Amino acid sequence: MPTCKLIPNWKKRPAMSNKVIGSQNMQEFLKGLWKENPVFVAVLGMCPSLAVTNSAINGLAMGLATTFVLIGSSILVSLLRKVIPKQVRITTYIVIIATFVTVVDFTLQAYFPDIHKALGAFISLIVVNCLILARQESFASKNGQWRSFLDASGMGLGFTFALFTLGAIREVLGNGSLFGVSLFGKAFEPWIVMILPPGGFFVLGFLLLLFNWSAQRRKQRKMQTA
Amino acid sequence: MNELIWIFISALLINNFTLSLFLGLCPFLGVTQRMETAFRLGLANIFVMVITAIAAYVLNTWVLIYAPYLRLISFIIVIASVVQFVEIAIKKLSPVLFKALGIFLPLITTNCAILGLALFSTNKGYGFLEGLIYALGAGGGVTIALVLLASIREETRILNIPNVVKGTALNLIIAGILSLAFMGFAGLFGSH
Amino acid sequence: MSTEEQMTFDQEPEPSSFRLIATLGVAGFLSGLVLVSSYLWTKPTIDANKAEEQRQAIFRVLPGTADFETFTLQDGQLQTATGPAEDRVFLGRDANAGFTGFAITGEEPGFSDIVTVIVGYHPADQAIIGYQVLDCKETPGLGDKIIRNEGFLANFSHLVVDPEIVLVKNGTKKQPNEVDGITGATISSRTVVNLLNKAMTKWKGPIDAYLQAHPELEKTTGHE
Repeated sequence: MPTCKLIPNWKKRPAMSNKVIGSQNMQEFLKGLWKENPVFVAVLGMCPSLAVTNSAINGLAMGLATTFVLIGSSILVSLLRKVIPKQVRITTYIVIIATFVTVVDFTLQAYFPDIHKALGAFISLIVVNCLILARQESFASKNGQWRSFLDASGMGLGFTFALFTLGAIREVLGNGSLFGVSLFGKAFEPWIVMILPPGGFFVLGFLLLLFNWSAQRRKQRKMQTA
Repeated sequence: MNELIWIFISALLINNFTLSLFLGLCPFLGVTQRMETAFRLGLANIFVMVITAIAAYVLNTWVLIYAPYLRLISFIIVIASVVQFVEIAIKKLSPVLFKALGIFLPLITTNCAILGLALFSTNKGYGFLEGLIYALGAGGGVTIALVLLASIREETRILNIPNVVKGTALNLIIAGILSLAFMGFAGLFGSH
Repeated sequence: MSTEEQMTFDQEPEPSSFRLIATLGVAGFLSGLVLVSSYLWTKPTIDANKAEEQRQAIFRVLPGTADFETFTLQDGQLQTATGPAEDRVFLGRDANAGFTGFAITGEEPGFSDIVTVIVGYHPADQAIIGYQVLDCKETPGLGDKIIRNEGFLANFSHLVVDPEIVLVKNGTKKQPNEVDGITGATISSRTVVNLLNKAMTKWKGPIDAYLQAHPELEKTTGHE
């Protein structure tokens, strides 16, 4: 399965038929949450997904930071899409994204120093998150501001959801806590490996396995009822 | 000297960029079907990393003192330029190699490992020599991880794998086992 | 691409180099503006945070401290630190400007990565009286016990550094310069001991020299 795709052919438009504009916009928003979830389906933005999800709050924070950068840069790219020449578009997108990321970095460092310490250099690495560049290239550069905003929010929230799930699972298993609150008391022997790097690989691998399995079941059921 | 060895071994094995720090996963999961390709990609990585480390050090020491907020943006632009330059150079010097690497070369630009190297190296305040050794260790570590995963994937090609786990899910689980194995290197250079 | 966009694209001439460079230039310039303003906006808060963090650490390891002076090492002597410097020690003073001790930092590669520790040093007793881990990425549940484990922390309430700190097996501490190691985390424990010995070797001489040059400090020591 190819991973980092900058080509738009994986953006599947829902069947057009007689859908009302409002409902179609909802589709743009919703697709990022589940059907085209950036982490579980398209396997984008891997580096932050595994590195900072050793606890639920870290995963959540990273997801929200990425969502903010994604929405901001998508809107800006969409606003400027008629002005940016095709030849330099990637470079311009990167400049825009890098600016947003630096601002987020400074803001976190000033007002949420604990989170900044926990996420560390991975905040800056948001700029090379394939997800953001892919959304600019395949959607924001070709659509209006409102739809780009919906697309970005959907993808961003889907990403945040995925990171939060990863972080929560790893924290509960590896530390016996959620958001720092101990769940099982002293008797629980934490499965330490879960908050260490191998745990990240394993948990995401098994989650993808579950996704594949549920997709297969759905396909089988469809074939049976056909 | 002791410290340089520690920096090298730490980046290569103990804090492996791919298996411990989760950097450079896009190519790791996507481009490791064949060992030879993975090895070449690893070498290209090392090359880009070394040049980036030098460029990052130069920038950080002489330019960014006046404008520390430009760090991220200047690094990413430098990396993009370095990759472009490397691509042109390889195209001229070895068209065969260029063809073999194909699309991987431009993809190195968005490779977290390169930017991660520049950021970590400047965060830790490494000098010129230390940054260089760090880049060699990090690039070497990425290459080792790439080659390991590629060789395992080549072996599993002939096996009967259940459909649910085929593809990225299996690669991640294999990567997890590799990561677990590499954890054994911790304490390799512990204080004596 | 819709047919409409397709047609406009075909009819559009190739943009001139000037346009390309101008776009990048404008983008760079605007980005620079945003970056500078956000940097200047957040810098005071960030600096205040860092200073506060350092202050808290010093107060923690030198009980009773209310203020401190910063020194660096120059030509083997303690000099008052002027700009941002790499290696620093802090001279603590209590609310009555009495001398509380020196806060010293040290770092050393540990099991996983570099461990950074700050300790409070009482020169008259030649002992460490406070300890805090500043940065540590040791194995959670094992090595990271050096941060919080009560048994291990108890070592540092009065740890004599003369002639040097020695690591012993857990439960066998007899001498005041020995440290009870953590069972199952020998390397992390040894890292802390080595780190402290190195820091002491580096700073003890200059500190003693400084105190000899300023005998009035010893007299104001409120700490017994």
